[in-house]
Amino acid sequence: MGKVLMKGNEVIAEAAVHAGCKYFFGYPITPQSELVAYMARRLPEVGGLFLQAESEIAAINMVCGAASTGVRVMTSSSSPGFSLKQEGISYLVGSELPAVICNIVRGGPGLGNIQPAQSDYFQVTKGGGHGDYNIPVLAPASLQEIVELIQDAFDIADRYRTPVIIMGDGMLGQMMEPVEFGEYSEPIGQTKDWATTGTRGDGAPKIISSLELDAESLEKRNEQLQEKFALIKEQEVRYETYEIADAEYILVAFGTVARITMNAIQKARKHGVKVGLIRPISLWPFPDKPFIETRNKVNGYLAVEMSAGQMIEDVRLAVNGCAPVGFFGRTGGVVPSQEEIYEKIMSFAGGLPV
Amino acid sequence: MLEEIIIAGFGGQGVMSMGQLIAYAGMLEGKSVSWLPSYGPEQRGGTANCAIVVSDELVGSPLVTRPTTAIVLNNPSFDKFEPRVRPGGLLLLNSSLVVRASGRKDIKVIEINATDLANDLGNSRVTNMILLGAFLEYRKIVSIESIVESLKKVLSPDKHHLIDVNKQALKKGASLVNIARI
Repeated sequence: MGKVLMKGNEVIAEAAVHAGCKYFFGYPITPQSELVAYMARRLPEVGGLFLQAESEIAAINMVCGAASTGVRVMTSSSSPGFSLKQEGISYLVGSELPAVICNIVRGGPGLGNIQPAQSDYFQVTKGGGHGDYNIPVLAPASLQEIVELIQDAFDIADRYRTPVIIMGDGMLGQMMEPVEFGEYSEPIGQTKDWATTGTRGDGAPKIISSLELDAESLEKRNEQLQEKFALIKEQEVRYETYEIADAEYILVAFGTVARITMNAIQKARKHGVKVGLIRPISLWPFPDKPFIETRNKVNGYLAVEMSAGQMIEDVRLAVNGCAPVGFFGRTGGVVPSQEEIYEKIMSFAGGLPV
Repeated sequence: MLEEIIIAGFGGQGVMSMGQLIAYAGMLEGKSVSWLPSYGPEQRGGTANCAIVVSDELVGSPLVTRPTTAIVLNNPSFDKFEPRVRPGGLLLLNSSLVVRASGRKDIKVIEINATDLANDLGNSRVTNMILLGAFLEYRKIVSIESIVESLKKVLSPDKHHLIDVNKQALKKGASLVNIARI
């Protein structure tokens, strides 16, 4: 197919189709509406089904229904709409159903605005809905990486019977870059013997449910879920580092912000400041390893986010008091510029409080 | 080579498509490119802009705050972006609509009455292509041929009859920069 120039939202949709997703239930909201529109046109072409639900709540419950039959299914939204999906997401976890959910984050809280933000970090990584749970969260930084991570997301969802969240921001959804869709094939040997596709009289009825009225039994179920989360924490960590080998200071940023910091890092290095970047790709599980490897060598870390400071809490946990952790963030849909990040690097490296 | 461009004007002046054509042409020539639109609650007639990065290396930030080139199609965009052009950079103005003059001595300023010239060509909507032709003649980041190639891919077949006038506009813009150099 070669390289094509596409919008981020469209890349998410096409990558999902490539990964075998034939079902999409959603409700339009800026800045991810192109994703919904693309699916409306594209899914009928591959024999799939697109349905615009009457609300985000209806859409996530349709996802629950479709996922129960074992098909690859996706929904997407942006912050206020994503909040509405939380009850259904908790049900997906409780019922152990695989699905992929995209959140193209915009400025909040409340209705906020439609500009890029990362202020749903807590919501996606710490639960968001009710009950004891975590969901794998993948945060692409480029449109080509979207293609890889959407495929990974569907594979992880099936492997662990869990919903997986793709978190981007409005900038990632709206921008265009060349992308290439490679050949994809589903992992072999995965049978969904739990799927409610009918017993044809040859076994017990299959039931998908998150209800367990007996306390002891629900505790047992929670223990099983926790074992699963522990396994995901061990197996599904993803991150990238940039120029950290000799770094005295390390920036921490994810998604599009990580790209902006790279320009600032290049400029700071030209001015003699040895600075590098850790870019978490999986926000949960958070990549502790690169921090453990560097925390006794560097002079400090600087978390850069489009929020008032959310990921920084995970950075502090990973650094575990071994080095100072500074913060620079913009909120409300304001994107930090490479110039102001550069200024922060220079003052942080100069020993000034950030 | 790293070119960070901002194109700004009224909605409907073809600001977004100009940027997309540069990105598309860059991709065809094997360069790294990104295109990022401003996407606030914009409306027809309001201001619109997009940022394009064309680079030999992987594009870092798709967001451009200090452009190496600003192409400005109206007065409000001049006020916003003229001060932001990087020293040594290029400010390309549509002087048919921009009545301000830049006092900056540290950048190259090219003024072209593109809307008038587009009307002379019989189609005011190719204003953007005259400016694009001029820009690419001055800063040869992609070839005009690649832009024409991109037009064939971006325009739906029922609009292909417009390729000719777009080509004329690109050439017109390019020729004006040649004259300015002599």
